[in-house]
Amino acid sequence: MNPMDRVFVSTQKAVFGEGLELESGRKIAPLEIAYETYGTLNENRSNAVLICHALSGSAHAAFWHPDDRKPGWWDAFIGPGKAIDTNKFFVVCSNVIGSCYGSSGPLSINPDTGKPYGLDFPVVTINDMVNAQVKLTEYLGIKRWLCVIGGSMGGMQVLSWAFRYPEMVFSAVPIATTMQHTAQQIAFNAVGRQAIMRDPNWNNGDYYGKEPPYQGLAVARMIGHITYLSDEAMNIKFARRLKEKEQYGYDFSIDFEIESYLDYQGDSFVQRFDANSYLYLTKAIDYFDLASDITPEKISRIGTKFLVLSFSSDWLYPPSQVEEIAKLLEAHNKDVSYCCISCDYGHDSFLLYNQMQERLIKGFLEHLLSEV
Amino acid sequence: MAINRRRDYQLIEEIVSEGARVLDLGCGEGDLLLALKRYRRVKGYGIEVKEEKVASCVEKGLEVHHGDLESLVGIYPNDSFDYVILSRTIQEIRNPQHVLREIVRIGRQAIVSFPNFAHWKIRFHLMFKGTAPKNPALPYEWYNSPNVHYLSIKDFYKFCASHGIEVLRAEFFTGYSKVSFWPNFFAEEALFLIKRAE
Repeated sequence: MNPMDRVFVSTQKAVFGEGLELESGRKIAPLEIAYETYGTLNENRSNAVLICHALSGSAHAAFWHPDDRKPGWWDAFIGPGKAIDTNKFFVVCSNVIGSCYGSSGPLSINPDTGKPYGLDFPVVTINDMVNAQVKLTEYLGIKRWLCVIGGSMGGMQVLSWAFRYPEMVFSAVPIATTMQHTAQQIAFNAVGRQAIMRDPNWNNGDYYGKEPPYQGLAVARMIGHITYLSDEAMNIKFARRLKEKEQYGYDFSIDFEIESYLDYQGDSFVQRFDANSYLYLTKAIDYFDLASDITPEKISRIGTKFLVLSFSSDWLYPPSQVEEIAKLLEAHNKDVSYCCISCDYGHDSFLLYNQMQERLIKGFLEHLLSEV
Repeated sequence: MAINRRRDYQLIEEIVSEGARVLDLGCGEGDLLLALKRYRRVKGYGIEVKEEKVASCVEKGLEVHHGDLESLVGIYPNDSFDYVILSRTIQEIRNPQHVLREIVRIGRQAIVSFPNFAHWKIRFHLMFKGTAPKNPALPYEWYNSPNVHYLSIKDFYKFCASHGIEVLRAEFFTGYSKVSFWPNFFAEEALFLIKRAE
């Protein structure tokens, strides 16, 4: 894209003095929510689409900030004429609580101490994240979302929205996600957390203004990144190629390109993410258990239309697990479409431009406007 | 958008009542469901195994589940649909007995259409040419045919009688023409409206 054609956006902030009651019984006050909006809300406020981001995402889902090297994290799917067409829809993306991109989180200033919360920040859940978004929804004057869309941890928020606030969600698109984190999924997150907590610099979360636990966070990101890719994706991208070498080094420096790539991923992540936020968000994901919370009465209240998407090479949230969402809803005669998209890039597929995902989301959304 | 007006589709449109809940097994690009939605205002659902076709259905505003119909029919409770449609698909599925039992369980009624393997041209083809038959309803060679079970009109009646299935209506045709005389010999295709016997 010609840099002259770039559309610039900025992140806004809403502050709720009354704060937010959490599932744990604790409270965040004041509650701050960072968010971005694209497109225009129509007169009867029926074209609003909420985008829910994943673990390392932010409110910056599309277009450009002046200092960006890349546009927002889902710019491939949000914009004029794209899958989520900003000429037709009013698109909102907010940063989840517990994160480090402007919404209340461990990095926020604790009003009692005037210092960052660190571990004094209360543990939050996916439902808490959604409850915070409900406040933002009211603040924006939106009664009902035309669609709530998100992948991975964003997909968990989508499910939490649809099952707990069905009257506010006309349609929902959960992507590459699950109703319940399984033991293996918890295990990967647990190792990531251990990597951070065993870094001496972590210091029980009290490292602001000092040297942060970069080593631990980098290792956590490397583990996470492996689960976001796939065997096929790694073979396509790296195979067994050596990094700037003709032969093995016979030492423990970096030999393989994949090693160098993970190293780079780890090191660049620490520049943009907070280690405590990583703990809070992975914990929220691990606590997510919609499946055990479902009752026939709760499902019978749902009038939401669903488009459930999975990716063939995603082994973190495998298609069979994602499909369970669709099957559960279909067993209760809900309006559901499900598609497993063939794509080699593992769990990360949902973030990358993919013509099939574009067709499905675009096709699904276009029909909604005529139905509301 | 042009809508495919196959003879079996026309008959199905005639049978399906206004505003019904319909499940089309092997719904392809959703042409039938779209026609039923337009002309009969049905609530249409489909199951389709090919990703591209699933996307076409979603683009038409239809509800569709990407996957294998043989395993998916089991997920629906009894009487989930007014009609379950199995249109020119039964000959392609591995376990038709299971699927036919399931469709009369999950549907109050079911519509099944299939090419009649006892049509005279097929009989003659086998008898005189001695090779696997081909005709407009069965346009494949033996080695690339998606058809794995061949049945005749008589076979279908026998199946229904032995599986507690009641035949509510039967239509026999070749191309667009109705066949009334000796259908098991003269009709290239058949369409049955069935339900589980009480």
